[in-house]
Amino acid sequence: MPMLEIKNAELSIDDKKILKGLSLNVNEGETHAIMGPNGSGKSTLSYMLAGRDGYELDNGSITFNNIDLIPLSPDERSNLGLFLAFQYPVELPGVSSTNFLREIFNSRKKYLGEDELTHLDFIKHLRKVAQNLSIKDEMLKRYVNYGFSGGEKKRFEILQMALLNPKISVLDETDSGLDVDALKIVSEGVNNLKDKKNAVIVITHYQRLLDYIKPDIVHIMSDGKIIKSGDADLALYIEKNGYSEILNEQN
Amino acid sequence: MVATTETINQVKTSTDRYKYGFSTEIEVDKAPKGLNEDIIRFISQKKDEPKWMLDWRLEAFKKWKKMEKPNWAKVSFPDIDFQDIYYYAAPKAKKKLNSLDEVDPELLKTYEKLGIPLNEQKMLAGVAVDAVFDSVSVATTFREKLSEVGVIFCPISEAIKNHPYLVKKYIGSVVPVTDNYYTALNSAVFTDGSFVYIPKGVKCPMELSTYFRINEKNTGQFERTLIIVEDEGYVSYLEGCTAPQRDENQLHAAVVELVALNRSQIKYSTVQNWYPGDETGKGGIYNFVTKRGKCLGDNSKISWTQVETGSAITWKYPSCILMGNNSVGEFYSVAITNNAQQADTGTKMIHIGKNTKSTIISKGISAGKSQNTYRGQVQIQKGASNARNFTQCDSLLIGNTCSAHTVPYINQHVSNAKVEHEATTSKISEDQLFYCMQRGLDAEQATSMIVNGFCKEVMKELPMEFAVEAQKLIGISLEGSVG
Repeated sequence: MPMLEIKNAELSIDDKKILKGLSLNVNEGETHAIMGPNGSGKSTLSYMLAGRDGYELDNGSITFNNIDLIPLSPDERSNLGLFLAFQYPVELPGVSSTNFLREIFNSRKKYLGEDELTHLDFIKHLRKVAQNLSIKDEMLKRYVNYGFSGGEKKRFEILQMALLNPKISVLDETDSGLDVDALKIVSEGVNNLKDKKNAVIVITHYQRLLDYIKPDIVHIMSDGKIIKSGDADLALYIEKNGYSEILNEQN
Repeated sequence: MVATTETINQVKTSTDRYKYGFSTEIEVDKAPKGLNEDIIRFISQKKDEPKWMLDWRLEAFKKWKKMEKPNWAKVSFPDIDFQDIYYYAAPKAKKKLNSLDEVDPELLKTYEKLGIPLNEQKMLAGVAVDAVFDSVSVATTFREKLSEVGVIFCPISEAIKNHPYLVKKYIGSVVPVTDNYYTALNSAVFTDGSFVYIPKGVKCPMELSTYFRINEKNTGQFERTLIIVEDEGYVSYLEGCTAPQRDENQLHAAVVELVALNRSQIKYSTVQNWYPGDETGKGGIYNFVTKRGKCLGDNSKISWTQVETGSAITWKYPSCILMGNNSVGEFYSVAITNNAQQADTGTKMIHIGKNTKSTIISKGISAGKSQNTYRGQVQIQKGASNARNFTQCDSLLIGNTCSAHTVPYINQHVSNAKVEHEATTSKISEDQLFYCMQRGLDAEQATSMIVNGFCKEVMKELPMEFAVEAQKLIGISLEGSVG
């Protein structure tokens, strides 16, 4: 039984069909990459998984560890262990990053029936995790994503991922807007969190990120469907030849 | 399973929403319903007041009878029948109280339940409390410790008897009796409230706080607070309010006067959580309050911070009269309305002295079908050369059925004064909610977090003890407004 199972997902936004029968299975311990040209429905897929309002399925099913995700709200899905690293992380003016992180961390602890950390213990824990991602104390004193640079925003996403320790993480274009150094830090962060029990789905335009986060399986998405799957070599092939050949093959 | 827990929690929170809604069964002493000269004499006699005070009340009553109710605020409610209210209700005291140990245990329990233990050993260190129950002050803590440094903190009814010189000199000096309909009414029938006097050069060693509780049915609370700070003095004063959950509306018409002399400072913080009425708008407190401070001395400063979450209707404009040269007035406000609540609140900054400065930061949050209006006046009078004002009014809307309004009035009579006004209106964005919820916060936690962020500039002005309470209160007030 796969950890995440998407079957024939169909979804429209404003009467326009975006997902047209997408299926995907992800097992524990796997890293998947989903690549595809602009407008193929990659971000829609990530919002659909996270349960965003307005991204409900017309047809098909999604189960996570055998639990039907469709009736669950975003916070319930998050509590089950689903994490989405946003392509465009959202600013929360006035909300201090440290407080926000403590709130989501302790809220998760509470859900799991574990002891919440005191402010001091949390700060110690946070410092350790933040250091691995080259995040300075100064950044944690600022408001969530407010005035962060592109690289800071992406590192802050991975910091949250590290604190919540999800079972499955969807990284939506996490490489966009990153220079090589930031890309390395972020990828290392993701790789450090990876183990045999969890899974990662990397959504990206470019092969570049996959030099750092090695996928087990690469999927090509086009026009709301996965049209081809293969191993890491498939990504290299795309890098070299572009999408057009595979797309033509389909037609 | 998750969904079931959520439903149970929802039912629980909707019934627990106003956790101060209980009432206390206690024997009371009441004046007959209605308002006439005899009732005023009755109140004055109950308080054992000197003649000058009674005369002052009767004079106010005469003027009140000729006055009209104000109708300029953006609030609507059925006409109040002023003859259908009790103007005096007091817990029956068996004899004169000498110490806290003699306070009716029922009353002590009530305050315990409200989270305000009056037992000094159990109290938060560093906060002295005056507890006002309906029409009388039932207990004031830490009085002896305060009197060692010359600070007077007592019920105003006692100050009238024991410090008549001070009361006579300042009562009505900031808020004239006929300032408005409700101040005239209050002047005629006020029953209790707090009195604070900080002598020259004294920094009050602890936060002073008054806790107002309306308990009796059909009773109006008309308290009067007077705070006087002499040269170089400083005081931080906190005020909290709650009332039982009742179906009929109750009137709260208070007057607060602050006087700041040379180089003195007054910081006045309010967390107002009167019963707001139910979801449909039934019941709740009419909070018609006049609060004003006078920076009488040079280089003095008065700062108002308010978090307004309760009341069916709020009509309140804590203001500063900046008379002294270089004096400073500040107003920091968070006003939250949900369901059928109506709030028309703001401030007036009257610049009279030279180089006077004022800052207004107002955050209005509306949810449900509520109405939230900021109304503010900045007046730069002739002679207030070099005066400065900065005003920032931000409104946040939750949902599509509420509304927010900003009504600034600016009168400027000086050419080198500088008045700045900024206003924004925004909605809690779906992006923000989704982002927080994706991290595992439920819709209400997420909203409360975003709203607290929105209010940050005001919340940081609150004293520590109050800030935590206020943050929780914001969450509670918005329950049921999302999802």
